[in-house]
Amino acid sequence: MDYEIIVVGAGHAGCEAALGASRKGHKTLLITGNINNVADMPCNPSIGGSAKGIVVREIDALGGEMGRNADKSLLQIKMLNGSKGPAVRALRAQADKITYPKNMLKTLKETVNLTLYEGLVADILTENNKVKGVSLEDGTMFTSEIVILTTGTYLNSDILVGSTRRREGPHEERPSNKLSDNLAKKGFPIIRLKTGTPPRIAKDSINYSETKLEPGDDKYYTFSFDNKIYYDIDKQEPCYLIYTTKETHKIILDNLNKSSMYGGLNDIKGIGPRYCPSIEDKVTRFRDKERHQLFLEPESLYYDDIYIQGFSSSMPYDVQEKMVHSLPGLKNAKILKYAYAIEYDAIYPTCMKASLESKILENLYTAGQINGTSGYEEAAGQGLIAGINASLKLEGKEPLILKRNESYIGVLIDDLITKGIKDPYRLLTSRAEYRLLLRSDNADLRLREYGYKVGLVSEEDYQKLLRKKEEINKLIRELKTVKLTPKDNAYLEKVTVPLKDGISLYNLLKRPEIDINYLKKYFSNYEEEILSIVNTEIKYEGYIKKATLEAEKMLEMESKKIPEDIDYDKIHNLASEAKEKLKEVRPTSLGQALRISGVNPADVSILMIYLKKEHK
Amino acid sequence: MDTTIAAISTAQGIGAISIIRVSGKDAFKIVSKIFSNKNFKDAPSHTIHYGYIVDNGEKIDEVLVTKMCSPKTFTTEDIAEINAHGGITTTNKILELLLTNGCELATPGEFTKRAFLNGRIDLTEAEGIMDLINSKTPEAREMALNQVQGKVSNLITDLRDDLASIIANIEVNIDYPEYEDIEEMTTLKIKEKLGLLKTKINKILKQSNTGEILKTGIKTAIIGRPNVGKSSILNCLVGEEKAIVTSIQGTTRDSIEASVVIDNIILNLIDTAGIRETEDLVESIGAKKSLKIIDEVDLVLFVVNYNEKLTLEDKKILAKLQDKNYITIVNKADLEKHIDDENLKNKVYVSALKDENIEGIGEKVKELFNLEQIETSDLTYLTGARNKAILNKVLKSISDVETGVKNNYPIDMIEIDLRNIWNLLGEITGETYDEELLDQLFSRFCVGK
Repeated sequence: MDYEIIVVGAGHAGCEAALGASRKGHKTLLITGNINNVADMPCNPSIGGSAKGIVVREIDALGGEMGRNADKSLLQIKMLNGSKGPAVRALRAQADKITYPKNMLKTLKETVNLTLYEGLVADILTENNKVKGVSLEDGTMFTSEIVILTTGTYLNSDILVGSTRRREGPHEERPSNKLSDNLAKKGFPIIRLKTGTPPRIAKDSINYSETKLEPGDDKYYTFSFDNKIYYDIDKQEPCYLIYTTKETHKIILDNLNKSSMYGGLNDIKGIGPRYCPSIEDKVTRFRDKERHQLFLEPESLYYDDIYIQGFSSSMPYDVQEKMVHSLPGLKNAKILKYAYAIEYDAIYPTCMKASLESKILENLYTAGQINGTSGYEEAAGQGLIAGINASLKLEGKEPLILKRNESYIGVLIDDLITKGIKDPYRLLTSRAEYRLLLRSDNADLRLREYGYKVGLVSEEDYQKLLRKKEEINKLIRELKTVKLTPKDNAYLEKVTVPLKDGISLYNLLKRPEIDINYLKKYFSNYEEEILSIVNTEIKYEGYIKKATLEAEKMLEMESKKIPEDIDYDKIHNLASEAKEKLKEVRPTSLGQALRISGVNPADVSILMIYLKKEHK
Repeated sequence: MDTTIAAISTAQGIGAISIIRVSGKDAFKIVSKIFSNKNFKDAPSHTIHYGYIVDNGEKIDEVLVTKMCSPKTFTTEDIAEINAHGGITTTNKILELLLTNGCELATPGEFTKRAFLNGRIDLTEAEGIMDLINSKTPEAREMALNQVQGKVSNLITDLRDDLASIIANIEVNIDYPEYEDIEEMTTLKIKEKLGLLKTKINKILKQSNTGEILKTGIKTAIIGRPNVGKSSILNCLVGEEKAIVTSIQGTTRDSIEASVVIDNIILNLIDTAGIRETEDLVESIGAKKSLKIIDEVDLVLFVVNYNEKLTLEDKKILAKLQDKNYITIVNKADLEKHIDDENLKNKVYVSALKDENIEGIGEKVKELFNLEQIETSDLTYLTGARNKAILNKVLKSISDVETGVKNNYPIDMIEIDLRNIWNLLGEITGETYDEELLDQLFSRFCVGK
């Protein structure tokens, strides 16, 4: 064997997978089409966002790289939803598109057990339906125990602009022309997806007086729990807000049939993401809307491109020129890169296990856009899990499967393998039924233990976590012990109804109008992070309890396992739709079976009785 | 199988006695909450207990409750069986009480399924049940379909869609906070919309009672002192050409002996034999018996004599009728008036002898039960204790939202209860797929890079 693990593709999924595997001590090869383009951000220049920002925190808690790397590459950072509840807050950073990949490449190069190699993989080598290695387009072969595919949008990718279709990856990179067809030959269900990106314009060709300034937050944040990197709050790069005009909409509607997606090309098969419509989609689907919001976002300190968020398109270049120049402040804007749509191949994700190992080919793992997701963070989260589970398999250990009540990464993977996809999958907070438990502030409390157990979190960082937990418990104990009485009313009645009897600080905190910081003088000193977590846990105790109860019900069903070799054809009284779905997804538990659309509770009851009978 | 389940085990609408079975680890705890007999909880296994089912101090029905402790029971779990003898409405009310106090409604075949899973019955029997469960499914689907086509269900679908648009709005605010041009859903707006929702649900709940009455009939007694003409009235009711008369074997404690249809309303008359008896009996016994029967029915037809003054006995019965649905049938209206009828309510003047204005009784019943506007040809109502229990849960969640709004909780907390309401309404219409919400989100709002 040349290597224990080979990772194919060095995007956000591939980097996490390779780092996870090699840091766990496994000899790993990372193959990429262009070494200078690892951890590339081909679309928006930002990391995080609603739900996604929490994924980045989860990656950090598990010992992954994305959070730390983003902290090192900040242009600006914001806490989203600050005015809403603690459950939906999430960090979003503008990350430098030069610094981010550069820092990641440095980390990859410095990691022991990890080798980088430039080339394009053409096929997976197999023996007895088990992975044996990979062969490259130039005929080179590498053998390995395990292969992890993280090919992003490069499988048979086509760039679409107006009426042209070019076989190419993002940034004019070489696409992978053989791997997808070879996977299909091996029995993998291949689907075609589509996404798009907006034009980039020159920084100094914008008239900023016609835009609205969107600065970063004036508070210090990092994605990483332990690696707190300093940055100057006052020196963050701003973004700018503008709106489309009537003129813009007219240009789009007048030229609509020139757009690849609206007649420019008649062989479009890929399904685009619902949450990421092109500007053509927005204007046609929401005709009564007078204007659409757009953000001008800096891509880097080291070059001039400004990204027009909200303006992705597949119009020909001349129409894009007119469209851009119709926007406020962009009358004289110089387009540096034109917008395009991209079509690419992916694998239908119900053919994976929760460990991200394939059900079709043993020791093959897949992560990221090849699994039908979209987004850097979704990719990185899967990559990390694939890297961890590939290593655990080599070590003969059980895979790490995060549950829906433990993490967004768990929700993401469970959704993929249970429900499949129609369009590229993006995480949303609404996909998490227990989102109150999956907060940005408690990602380490939820997941660091796992990171430590699999060996990606250092002893030192783990000890920090234990101390944090102890601090939290100590504060809660203290709040339960300290009692206030009507004697304290002089201070309290400024913010709340006066006390009639004695009350513990703990119970007093349940009053919505009292913040923990107001009661600081009654208890010992704690760090702000601790105060904030405890404040949340106490204030929303009722809601948290409800969510925990719901989660327990789910876990109970989850604990009822379905054997891998179950033959659904033998269960004669299952409804036929349910039978088909069960055969496709092959759920591992009754809980998972319940989440499959088309399988109703009566079917699960029948399944339950059947299993009971088989076990006798 | 942690849940405690309950269901009505006797066929509805036929026997006047009904058994409600409760099985599960909290069976005794839950029954004790609504049972007046305080010895029940600690009583030994396989014993029967007398008392009342009570709801907030109000007596619902006089019952016998059988207590059977695990494992020597049908399901091997703790089982309580409530033998009720009220009408349909009362029986459903008891089931509703159980559901609101922590029971889950049993699915078809669930008692038997539990019996099997707990090793109480063998495989052959269990396979029978699997078929049963399965065969129930198309039937249930058909039922759901009928309901979905019904007016009330359409209304629920509308309510649910309204709610979905609120939720989608909140979600879009959360997932796309940078979009300033999308309306911000505030707790105040939510409160306003939920107020409307509450009104509509209360209306549906009221209508659903009506639907039930129309489907299964009203348990009715004809009451009055001797010689006011009760049996003539009875004869008029059953003797009408358009009337259907059925005879059903009585069970232990009482019986429905005749179902009468007046003006499309079914009246299930009980104690028809007693009516004939009391005509001949001494007054005191007749009155005593009348008073007892009043407790057991949903409607009383109180017969008085137009030709005589109200007696002490009439007044005694009247006093007992104060909290009851009743119609005063002033009989012998063809004779000279001696009655002082100012204080009598829901009067209808008839002459049983001359068969005059008997149909007036039907009109009064409709008036009393708010049935006037209902077109009998268009009968698809939300019925059944389960759906009502769900709507009551919805009302509870609405009040949770109101508390949340009052306490200034953030919108994403409030949304947890909203989503709960949306899911509950989906249980009625049979749709709970989350993907629907996402579709709403992306079809209504224009967001994305």
